[in-house]
Amino acid sequence: MTDIASPAPKRERSSLLTNPRTRSLLIQGVLFVAVAVALWFFISNGRANLAARNIATGFGFLEQSSGFDISQSLIRYDDTATYGRVFFVGLLNTLLVSGIGIVFATIIGFAVGIARLSKNWLLSKLAEVYVEVIRNLPLLFQILFWYLGVLAAMPAARQSLSLFGLAYVNNRGVVLARPIFGEGSDIVGLALLAGIILAAAMRWWAHRRQMQTGQPFPVIKTALALIFGLPLLAFAATGAPISIEWPELRGFNFSGGIRVLPEFVALLIALSTYTASFIAEIVRAGIMAVSRGQTEAAESLGLRPGPILRLVVVPQALRVIIPPLTSQYLNLTKNSSLGVAIGYPDFFAVFAGTTLNQTGQAIEIIAMTMAVYLTISLITSALMNIYNRRMALVER
Amino acid sequence: MTRMWKVAIAAAALTFPALPASAAGTLDQVKSKGFIQCGVSQGIIGYSAPNDKGEWSGFDVDYCRALAAAIFNDPNKVKFTPLSTKDRFTALQSGEVDILSRNTTWTLDRDTKLGLNFVGTTYYDGQGFMVKKSMKINSALELSGASVCTQTGTTTELNLADYFRNNKMKYEVVAFATVDETIKAYESGRCDVLTTDASQLYSTRLKLASPDDHVILPEIISKEPLGPVVRHGDDQWFDIAKWTFFAMLDAEELGVSSKNVEEMKKSTNPEIRRLLGVEGSLGEGLGLTNDWIVRIVSKVGNYGEVFDRNLGAGSKLKIDRGYNRLWTKGGIQYAPPVR
Ligand SMILES: N[C@@H](CCC(=O)N[C@@H](CS)C(=O)NCC(=O)O)C(=O)O
Repeated sequence: MTDIASPAPKRERSSLLTNPRTRSLLIQGVLFVAVAVALWFFISNGRANLAARNIATGFGFLEQSSGFDISQSLIRYDDTATYGRVFFVGLLNTLLVSGIGIVFATIIGFAVGIARLSKNWLLSKLAEVYVEVIRNLPLLFQILFWYLGVLAAMPAARQSLSLFGLAYVNNRGVVLARPIFGEGSDIVGLALLAGIILAAAMRWWAHRRQMQTGQPFPVIKTALALIFGLPLLAFAATGAPISIEWPELRGFNFSGGIRVLPEFVALLIALSTYTASFIAEIVRAGIMAVSRGQTEAAESLGLRPGPILRLVVVPQALRVIIPPLTSQYLNLTKNSSLGVAIGYPDFFAVFAGTTLNQTGQAIEIIAMTMAVYLTISLITSALMNIYNRRMALVER
Repeated sequence: MTRMWKVAIAAAALTFPALPASAAGTLDQVKSKGFIQCGVSQGIIGYSAPNDKGEWSGFDVDYCRALAAAIFNDPNKVKFTPLSTKDRFTALQSGEVDILSRNTTWTLDRDTKLGLNFVGTTYYDGQGFMVKKSMKINSALELSGASVCTQTGTTTELNLADYFRNNKMKYEVVAFATVDETIKAYESGRCDVLTTDASQLYSTRLKLASPDDHVILPEIISKEPLGPVVRHGDDQWFDIAKWTFFAMLDAEELGVSSKNVEEMKKSTNPEIRRLLGVEGSLGEGLGLTNDWIVRIVSKVGNYGEVFDRNLGAGSKLKIDRGYNRLWTKGGIQYAPPVR
């Protein structure tokens, strides 16, 4: 790209075809037309074939009521709701299990990856066994293991295991105590928000002060006081507006409280532990890619192992870790569709499965399904790319 | 994901131009490839399941064998494709199978919007509930609050929602894609109740570790007329499919069975003579030979024989024929006459 300054070397009769710029434009143009023609070909054929077979087409089905129930839904849903709503119920269920799964997988993965490099022999062996066992067993097998082998083996509802009355575990999943927000609880919420904002501001201020004057400030203690103290004060001042609904055994199962389905729990555990075993290897590779000299230099400055890891090694390792980590996040999200095997109502199961079958509109539904997974993947990659750019080495 | 690929490929197949072969009738295609591709369930004892010799057998399977007997004079010229409830219609629409014979309920929606034609009702069924005996429940109306295991993509899950809403009862549905997953979840205690068509409950019960610990509740909450299905747009194939079924009923009604069919050819009864192609040329009208019913009855049997062997007294299931008795015997099975 230096030809702005220096005039392009004069070639004999640079024809349209030999000019690299026009040539690449031409090729792209031809490709574009070919793709467009192919798309048109498939769409028009699809329409003709469906019409010839009297199969309903179009997206009108999204407004029809579904007639079936779904076991877990984050938004209001019953069998009189539309297929359009089924789409969102499924999508949210997929995002829920993938989102929480990604958080858990990252935490476990980092812990195991670092443990594997530990000087403690037992710890590093345990981490190695974890990685080798989990990584080498098929995920579907692990999902079924957690579902049929562990959760289904829990006692029946009437003999539920109780965790201090706060939660009950039985073969129908987990029941948690549910907080009930009465009048005035929004003030408590606002107080919590204020606490978080104040804590962040305080941290920023303390950092600047330390930079300028060298004086440290008890950041963590103050932050905890702000984040917990403010809402507690508000709670007392507004007359304890938040109460707790305790789960109660009635009829077939518990009523009251929050129910977490065993399908969700099994899928979440399997997805996060499985993905964590890959993340652990990525983290290990990333840390090993940071040259030994960095650690030695930090040691010679008198830093202790904890801060060395946190301040010197991990930030540099992250640059190696983030790109493959992104693929793991994408894998986890796509793997969540294996939940069909245990009846978890994720997007794939309720939309590409049940809805497709009840309406028979395979082409529309498969196209929408591909679009959804593609969009989720592209958004995840985009976010990770932004993060990667921020972490990238700033060259001076 | 493999399931997704199956459906995706079937869906994609619909976006290709109709091949010259599929422009020809299904009968010609079937004849030129030498066998019928028949979609069945993934394993319901009595309807379609591999037997101890590894051959597909059952009530739904025998219907396809009857069709093969009528066309090829050989009940073994069929290949079976096991299909889940979820994949079955796409497989038929895209031409992966020539006929679907898989305990499928005839509904208006399926008959019209899915571009399908229902051949008839080979089995009158209705939806029921199965629970563990130890729960001491005697009626479906005591099921409020229960967890119910069922299969997705069925009329079953729709009826279930209707029934519980109508009776103002709460419930939790856990829906699986295959029978085996559904049964496992029920057995493991994940659900209190298993629901599907009553006949399949009897057959499912046989698959459980201790069948006697489970009871089927008396309520039948829906009408489930089950029958084979073909694609829209090929009337000849639709006719062959329909009349193969009717012929089996008419044979039973006239007392023609696999044991006596050869003697019956000598009968003087004009109805029997027409049925067996001794008189007239009715088979040719269908694009088959005139002895097509002789082939069906001698190779596979009449409706009563097929029922008895797979589902009735001659089988492990011992299901009472109930509504599926001939109209002359107090049931509602009634076929138009062969004439
Ligand atoms: N008749 C109902 C439901 C029939 C049905 O498919 N039942 C399940 C539950 S037993 C089944 O056949 N499963 C066997 C399989 O998936 O192979 C329908 O057509 O929707």
